[in-house]
Amino acid sequence: MQAPAKEKSGAMIEFSAVHKRYPGGYEALKNVSFSVAEGELVFLLGHSGAGKSTLLKLIPVIERVNSGIVMVGGQNVSKMRSSAIPFLRRNVGQIFQDQKLLYDRSVFDNVMLPLNVTGVHPRDGARRARAALDKVGLLPREKANPIALSGGEQQRLAIARAIVNRPSILIADEPTANLDANYAAEIIDLFAAFSQVGVTALIATHDANAVARASAKVKTRTIELRAGELVAGAVNGDAA
Amino acid sequence: MKAWLRLHGMAFGATLARLARTPFATLLNVLVIGIALALPAGAYALLVNLQQAARGISGDPELSVFMALDAKKDEVAAIGPRLKAEALVARVDFKPREAALDELKKNPAMGDVLVALNQNPLPDAYVVRLSVNDGDALEKLAAGIRSWPKVETVQIDSAWVRRVAAAIDLGRMGVLVLAGLLSFALLAVTFNTIRLQILTQREEIEVSKLLGATDSTIRRPFYYYGALLGLLGGGAAGLIVYAALQFMNRGVAEFSKLYASDFRLEFLPAGDLGAILAFAAILGWMGAWLSVTRHLREFEPH
Repeated sequence: MQAPAKEKSGAMIEFSAVHKRYPGGYEALKNVSFSVAEGELVFLLGHSGAGKSTLLKLIPVIERVNSGIVMVGGQNVSKMRSSAIPFLRRNVGQIFQDQKLLYDRSVFDNVMLPLNVTGVHPRDGARRARAALDKVGLLPREKANPIALSGGEQQRLAIARAIVNRPSILIADEPTANLDANYAAEIIDLFAAFSQVGVTALIATHDANAVARASAKVKTRTIELRAGELVAGAVNGDAA
Repeated sequence: MKAWLRLHGMAFGATLARLARTPFATLLNVLVIGIALALPAGAYALLVNLQQAARGISGDPELSVFMALDAKKDEVAAIGPRLKAEALVARVDFKPREAALDELKKNPAMGDVLVALNQNPLPDAYVVRLSVNDGDALEKLAAGIRSWPKVETVQIDSAWVRRVAAAIDLGRMGVLVLAGLLSFALLAVTFNTIRLQILTQREEIEVSKLLGATDSTIRRPFYYYGALLGLLGGGAAGLIVYAALQFMNRGVAEFSKLYASDFRLEFLPAGDLGAILAFAAILGWMGAWLSVTRHLREFEPH
């Protein structure tokens, strides 16, 4: 993974009094403040509609705040110029709830996509893509079409694509949703492994088992959103 | 810089692959553009040929200088050397009035008329061949000679060539208007093709943007696609014009034989063909730019 950008507070992600209101008046986030330190694995809990996805979208500036400040890797992204956003996104690995895989190309080509858009040499890119696939256990299936993969494999492919650019931050939106317990465990183990090598990860989930499994392996922290407001936080695992 | 060049290389490679992936659609698009461009290009080729033919037929321009009937022999004789001294004059032939009358008498239709006349009505004349075919210079020279003593009339014999040249100029303007109108066809074809490409690649574009693709990275392959489509269309136009000229040359050869000429329609000069290809590529790029600017704006995330 890339060396994370340093900032004064040491936080990789920092929200300060963030409000997000969608057109039509729906208030998705209300006065949310928290921070995630470098190398921390943080679970963002909450029911559907609590504002978890909105919060995650503010980090790579898929959505913009109405007020407040979002700092990512020491940069204030709340007022970031549009032309700078792609460069921020390259340093934030994203795993989407709907995975957003491309089904008209192979597993390998899906993982190559983030490298292609950044102009990495194809030979170097191929090596990195295979390393990422190997890390998630999908190297033997590199030529397959994603449609031929199981749900868990598709999620692992989405993770491989998210980590191939060696981001310092990983954000994941319900990565274990719709997966059976075994597949979900595999995915959580991967995040625990990334955390052990210093990657900062923020995972939105409402799966308590996922939190428990990760906490058994590494130190984690949970924060909870309820109707757009941050209501609780706890430290779990070996530091709890 | 290396990464930037690599991105261009990858975009170009992806564009070629995209063209090759849909050969039938590509061929149809290229043909539509080719036919649209072939009309003005063909008309232009015909004009170039007509211009060449007109030049060949006209030869050197001539002036006929007619002396006054009351001019004395020495006054007429003085004009010859003055004409030869003019810079634009290549050759001077004197035609005495007696010789002109004798020629006229040989015409049976004029015989009775001339018998009724008491004196020779024809003037002494000089036929002056000029070394240039510049209309303004010709007019200026003719005006000067008209002011010489005992010169009655100066006639520019190559006026018809200028009329042909004026007609060619008019034709050229027509070709420009046609080219302008049909350029819109090329723009429209490229615009629509790119629009369809964007729609079919909507998912890939959206995911690429989420993964950190810049706007330039997204747009670049479409620009290459438009320019390549235009370039191939220009090439197709060249082929169509070439084939049409070859076909027409069969008829032209028969026609030329009647005038003991070996005139043939020639294909466009390399420079003109290059200009057509460049023009087509630029139009294709413009069509792509318009389409990409119009349609990518609708995509999320921004």
